[in-house]
Amino acid sequence: MHKKTLTVLLSAALTAAPALAQSVKLSDNAVKVGVLTDLSGVYSELSGQGSVKAAQMAAADFMAANPAFRGKVQVVGVDHQNKADVASNKAAEMIDRQNVDMLVDMPTSSAALAASEVAKNKKVVAMVVTGATTALTNEKCNKYTFHYAYDNYMLANGTGTAVTQRGGKNWFIIYPNYAFGQDLNRQMTAAIQENGGRLVAPSDATPFPNTDFSSYLLKAQSLKPKIFGTMQAGADLVNVVKQYNEFGLKNQGIGLGIGLLFETDVAALGQDAFAGAIATVPWFWNLDARSRVWAAKFEKAFGKKPTWAQAGVYSATMTYLQAVARAKTDESDAVVKALEGYSFNDFFARNATIRPQDHRVLLDVHTVQVKPKAQAKENGDIFTRLSTIPAAKAFMPLAESKCKM
Amino acid sequence: MNTQLLLIQVFNGLVNGAFYALLSLGLAVIFGMLRIVNFMHGALYMLGAFTAFALGQAFGLGFWPSLILAPLIVGLIGVVLERSLLSRLYGLEPSYNLLLTFGLTLLTQDLVKQVMLSQYAVSSAPYTPPAALSGVVNLGFVVFPKYRLFVIGLALVVCLITWLVIEKTRVGAIIRASTENPNVTRAFGIDVGKWVTGVFGVGVGLAGLAGVLAAPIYSVEPYMGAELIITTFAVVVIGGMGSILGSVVTGFAVGVLAAVGAALYPPIANTLVFILMAIVLLVRPSGLFGLPEGAR
Repeated sequence: MHKKTLTVLLSAALTAAPALAQSVKLSDNAVKVGVLTDLSGVYSELSGQGSVKAAQMAAADFMAANPAFRGKVQVVGVDHQNKADVASNKAAEMIDRQNVDMLVDMPTSSAALAASEVAKNKKVVAMVVTGATTALTNEKCNKYTFHYAYDNYMLANGTGTAVTQRGGKNWFIIYPNYAFGQDLNRQMTAAIQENGGRLVAPSDATPFPNTDFSSYLLKAQSLKPKIFGTMQAGADLVNVVKQYNEFGLKNQGIGLGIGLLFETDVAALGQDAFAGAIATVPWFWNLDARSRVWAAKFEKAFGKKPTWAQAGVYSATMTYLQAVARAKTDESDAVVKALEGYSFNDFFARNATIRPQDHRVLLDVHTVQVKPKAQAKENGDIFTRLSTIPAAKAFMPLAESKCKM
Repeated sequence: MNTQLLLIQVFNGLVNGAFYALLSLGLAVIFGMLRIVNFMHGALYMLGAFTAFALGQAFGLGFWPSLILAPLIVGLIGVVLERSLLSRLYGLEPSYNLLLTFGLTLLTQDLVKQVMLSQYAVSSAPYTPPAALSGVVNLGFVVFPKYRLFVIGLALVVCLITWLVIEKTRVGAIIRASTENPNVTRAFGIDVGKWVTGVFGVGVGLAGLAGVLAAPIYSVEPYMGAELIITTFAVVVIGGMGSILGSVVTGFAVGVLAAVGAALYPPIANTLVFILMAIVLLVRPSGLFGLPEGAR
């Protein structure tokens, strides 16, 4: 009896907070999150400081829920200028000099690939949220890289299928002539054909970057497709849509299908210019009550509504930190093991699983249509959800993946 | 490709041609008269667009007043730059003014970017055409935006006036004399320095005008001049360095060729102008309308 009481007391003492803290093994006694992002260029509005803020919020929320980590999670934000060489140098510098344990965000495919290569060599976890290329979970996959939120396959498959099934059978597509656009064009064409649609003419490759798309819009005018598909992104997309309206294509009954759409693109040009366009997104702030709660918290902290990229950075950071908690260490191999096969649900990632074979994070995604301004209930209310694609169907099937880890 | 599509693209090319012509006209005037290779021309074009945007934001000024005011402001900035910086380099190696204007370009772009991000919280801003010019017109063979037709028309008028002033008026004669033989001109009691400054101001004012015209077609953003200026330099070289007529004709021609090229074989669109430049330089090293250096 006495002995039993003693055991209980002893084990209680052992499991108390200080003891638990000691049982978590952290390199330099801290978990350091490095937000590798675009702080000054074309993607700074959709990721940038907002991504850094989102990661900081995730760190704070995690520490509040896990007292053992209080004061031990740190976030640093670094500008990679969307350049592969800069991304590579900055990633290495953060890992070597600042002992960063994990990299997150990484807009621009080429920069994401470069940083992922550094992560592999230095054995540090990289969670790519904003980079789009499917190469990250295909031929360029590696043990330490995870691909969160979205990718080209999911975008093309989602939008191509949704638009074609809604009657947009005839397409004319233009795409920027670099890896991202070529990839997206290929995937989009396949999705259209699988759903009984067709291209009225072979897709046109446009220079990248480019400001004048009038030649292609005039060509579309004469081809009269049901849908004008644009695989341009960011500033180029804004120019395409601006000129799509200028040339009156919408009034001529030619719809708009968009490969990659961020909330900031819609804001840059005005909601009405995009009205009716269909795109695929992993999340948007007023998707449901749970999303709205988080978005309100973010807006209070940052002063602006979150983009889906920024929400993804929060979710990815939190998922990583929770894996550290489960592994009881920030040692990369153990964290990778804790992440692989993990199933979870948060405000951003629904019905999510981390596929162990290629590190693709599978989650429910949504095809959306841009509302006209008149239908918006409040500022920033831009999307109507058309359908939700379940996690299992949204991403490239494992059988098609070329990943050898 | 059918003839209708070809005709459409020829027409469409005139719009880009209008921008090339206005920009290369300014470059040609500045080079022809002052021997300055103004690398900053693209940044000044961007400043024209940005000034129009900023005037609208600050004072609610619409397109029409901006169309007059923004080129004047850009021209004035040019005058200040010429007096304070460029004038110190006359008589030195041309590479000095190239480095100076290139440095000023980087400075201007970053400055505008900072202002846009901090003041307006955008890195690229939309600018709408005036109500009278919005919408499309059906030209029979194509439905074309009204505003673009206006751009073609205005550019043609401005180019014609500039050419007439330089070739046919007393003012033009003084400018030409000032640059051909400054010493003799000075002996006639003409203040050559003042004329040089004026010409530079007008040249960059033309870039500012092109910028305002571009704002409703392309978004206003800090780097909008960076790419255009390279094509424009190619246009100037093809037309013949310093030739007014050459820059205007070549500007429109290159715009049309690039549009037709883009429709026939899209990947070539951006390269076409440089292929053309290489061919012209092989056949006529001083450009289509240029005179050999000794014959001036």
